[in-house]
Amino acid sequence: MAELKDFLKSLLSLPGLSGYEDPVRAVIREAWNPLVDELSVSRIGSLHGLKKGYGDEPRPRILLSAHMDAIGMIVTGIEDGLLRFTEIGGVDARILPGQPVTVHGRRELPGYVVQPPGWLLPEDQAANKAVEMKYLFVDTGLRAAEVNELVRVGDLVSFAQAPIELTGDLLAGHSLDNRASVAAVTACLQELQHIRHIWDVWAVASVQEEETLGGAYTSPFEIRPDLAVAIDVTFARGPGSPANYTTFPLGKGVTLGWGPNIHPALYEAFKKLADRLDMPYHDDLMPRMSGTDATGIQMVAEGIPTMVLSMPIRYMHTPVEVVSLKDIARTGHLMAQFIAELPADYMQTLRWDDES
Amino acid sequence: MTPKKTSPSTTPLIGTEQIALLERLSNAVAVSGAEHEVRKIVLAEIKDLADDIKVDALGNVLATKHARQEPALRVMLAAHMDEVGFMLVDGEDGLYEFATVGGIDVRQLPGKTVLVGKDHLPGVIGAKPIHHTTPDERRNAISLDNLRIDVGNENGKKVHPGDRATFATRFQQLGPSLVGKALDDRLGVVTVIELLRHAPAHIELLAAFTVQEEVGLRGARVAGYALDPQLAFALDSTPAGDLPTWDGEESPRYNTRLDGGPAIYVADQGTLSDPRLIRYLIQTAETFGIPYQIRQPGGGGTDAGAIHKQRAGIPVVSVSVPGRYAHTAALVARLDDWQHTLALMYHALEGLTPAILDQER
Repeated sequence: MAELKDFLKSLLSLPGLSGYEDPVRAVIREAWNPLVDELSVSRIGSLHGLKKGYGDEPRPRILLSAHMDAIGMIVTGIEDGLLRFTEIGGVDARILPGQPVTVHGRRELPGYVVQPPGWLLPEDQAANKAVEMKYLFVDTGLRAAEVNELVRVGDLVSFAQAPIELTGDLLAGHSLDNRASVAAVTACLQELQHIRHIWDVWAVASVQEEETLGGAYTSPFEIRPDLAVAIDVTFARGPGSPANYTTFPLGKGVTLGWGPNIHPALYEAFKKLADRLDMPYHDDLMPRMSGTDATGIQMVAEGIPTMVLSMPIRYMHTPVEVVSLKDIARTGHLMAQFIAELPADYMQTLRWDDES
Repeated sequence: MTPKKTSPSTTPLIGTEQIALLERLSNAVAVSGAEHEVRKIVLAEIKDLADDIKVDALGNVLATKHARQEPALRVMLAAHMDEVGFMLVDGEDGLYEFATVGGIDVRQLPGKTVLVGKDHLPGVIGAKPIHHTTPDERRNAISLDNLRIDVGNENGKKVHPGDRATFATRFQQLGPSLVGKALDDRLGVVTVIELLRHAPAHIELLAAFTVQEEVGLRGARVAGYALDPQLAFALDSTPAGDLPTWDGEESPRYNTRLDGGPAIYVADQGTLSDPRLIRYLIQTAETFGIPYQIRQPGGGGTDAGAIHKQRAGIPVVSVSVPGRYAHTAALVARLDDWQHTLALMYHALEGLTPAILDQER
């Protein structure tokens, strides 16, 4: 668990905005290198790790997809040394004033998102109203001349909040969506070091989930898995979140996705396994779409039976997302056990209810 | 009166030691009414700098450095130790409702990290995921009653309603800037410590490190009474509103500007500065070539607002280091402005004599 925590903290300290995942990919590559037989990078930047099974060739393949990209901001203008910006991925402007960030200019510049005094804003941005993103700035503390030299329109701005251990089990930070899942896949690969499995396992740290699902569509096309699991985060119940079917208790188990993105037989298989392992879980009902890589994966090529596993986090898409390390470990364990038990002829047994 | 020009080599400087002290002070937690962490640092720093040091009934640190020559002038320097922050007021299992202490815009709170209680336990103020919000909802600020400080259920056992919390921001130097959660008014605290260290021989220097400024200038009121000065300076931090306007129009309102030097107060919400002291500070700045600015008269206030009405009246003026984004997670001030503030105050004290009080107001 300590190793898992340290790895996750190292991931949370890195940028890697959608479309610009290199910094985080380098660290994942290093972590996966001893755990897989082959590593490669897709044409658009997803990391592919192959851990070979011992079955006869051609071996069936399972793909584990965890997106590594993060939400953030991008510079749209420079005024008197202060930076205007817009979002990459879904950012609620209300969490931004006072937020520590890094501006990726000609060199990395620390700074803060700042809200100008009310008298510099239009009247409709009065005190009880949220200040829209287009009226906020990033202040790097540098004077205008230096900013003009170092920053250009189009430079990225990433969250700089360092990860925080709230308690032994709870970690807070930015980009837990979805670095928590990268950690879960890594935990799975570690467990598989001690397990003989028939299937080939393709671990994928995918790109651009928050914007285009670019990695979700392209990696499965290249790998052509028989089965796929998208690993992502879901909503933990907590302050501000609705107490309905979309939220789950924090630290009380993994969630199993159920809905049109998910192959029902695959869901049943994971559910049975979780019951047998006496592992706590909740059903994550996704009536229309899952909001994960699964949305892309299931439609790749001639279609891929896909499952979604998630870990509940609080305050999603803020720099203080909170996750339970236990839930990450559980997710890794559930995947490893599923893979361990996959028989060579599993695809022949995967049936729709109405199939004879 | 005209300030006496002394050799510039005697001007005290803000160096690495002063910045390191500012860092310790800015990172310390001292929400109004619970200033002990900062008080402890101040007491240790001034131990050998003052002749007489006491902590009064409200928690102010009052330090006197006696004059070594006549005629002496009793001059009070006030800087407040407290900062804005939060108090947990209700809750359990690691999730707490909280109240703000001092003037904090609630729009600065969602998504921030905090330090809670005497042990500085880490906490976060979360926000509802954007996925659960509507565009309409996102146009409104998140109200305080919808926010919680979250320390995690395990640490919930170590946290109680009544505990104080502040933003967790760590002090940083960013190029020419100083960034911290409590530079208002730890900048003033360090300035007063340096002025104690470099007190001129003819000044009976009465230093007040005050409490509860942010909730009503309470410490300054009793400190002003107890120290009974002939005149007083409040050293504080004041907002710099020198940002571009949303529509690119020139703004007539900025309060103060970064890089403009120390801000001399003429009038704020609670004080009309003594014109003799305003004139004297301006003359001093011009004599020594120190940049300065006149803070735009208007709202806001400093300890001066309480001091000037003590006893039979005390002539006061405030001098502030300009800082952007006061009362948020990160105030941004310039090292140069701070240096010039210290220089202005040092030279002002050096040239100050009782004759100033004989001038026409």
